[in-house]
Amino acid sequence: MIFARNVPGMTEVLKRATVGIAGCGGLGSNAAMLLTRAGIGRLVLVDFDKVEESNLNRQHFFQSDLGVPKTTALAAHLRAIDPTVRLDLHETMLSRETAAATFAECDILIEAFDRAESKEWLIEAWCANHPDRPIVCASGIGGYGRSEMMTVRRAGNIHMIGDGLSDMMMGLCAARVMLAAALQANKAIELLMQKSGKGG
Amino acid sequence: MKGKITVNDQVIDWRAGMTVSDVLTVMNYTFKLLVIQIDGRNIKRDDWPTATVPEGADVKVIHLMSGG
Repeated sequence: MIFARNVPGMTEVLKRATVGIAGCGGLGSNAAMLLTRAGIGRLVLVDFDKVEESNLNRQHFFQSDLGVPKTTALAAHLRAIDPTVRLDLHETMLSRETAAATFAECDILIEAFDRAESKEWLIEAWCANHPDRPIVCASGIGGYGRSEMMTVRRAGNIHMIGDGLSDMMMGLCAARVMLAAALQANKAIELLMQKSGKGG
Repeated sequence: MKGKITVNDQVIDWRAGMTVSDVLTVMNYTFKLLVIQIDGRNIKRDDWPTATVPEGADVKVIHLMSGG
């Protein structure tokens, strides 16, 4: 019983839910891992890239994954946690035109891109096509420490995680990136519970 | 709120015909990558110069930083 220690009522809700993950890097791979441990039913994973050595400082991959498509490698790790999790894998580069359709069946989208320019068009495309569905984003996750500056803010259907200031040019540290990914996963769980009528 | 709008929790003066671009100028928001919502509705970048902000609106301007 993987989920025997879950919060009562949570597993039933999450098992019926679908969450999209746009980008399987530092944010996306860790958020996907956390949602799988929480008992999510289905994930739609999208990333065009392959695992590189420089990813291993913060992303949920291992030496044995080097050269493997991120979606494929991540799927193996998620199934090693919960063999029943449903995974839709898209090894492709998302665009403003394809994003909404790719995640059409998702209750919630987690924005887990690296570049701010991509974050902007993804949020625009999601809000234009699914204005009533939440998108959980991250902005300002660079550097280390300053945990107290990590906030969760809301603007309409956008839920924004991060300090809103720090940039990747400061360098990226696993502890702070995973902190943001954990806040994204936690927010997604909270929203799914609220939608089900069981959450606070 | 008569004659006012709220931008990222800060109350500022409003005037008739005020656009999203005007609000960014007043707030001195010059950062390149932003997402803007008015009363929970997303405003696309292309519409910033023409989209008007209603009196009493709650405007959220989110700054987007790279990293993931």
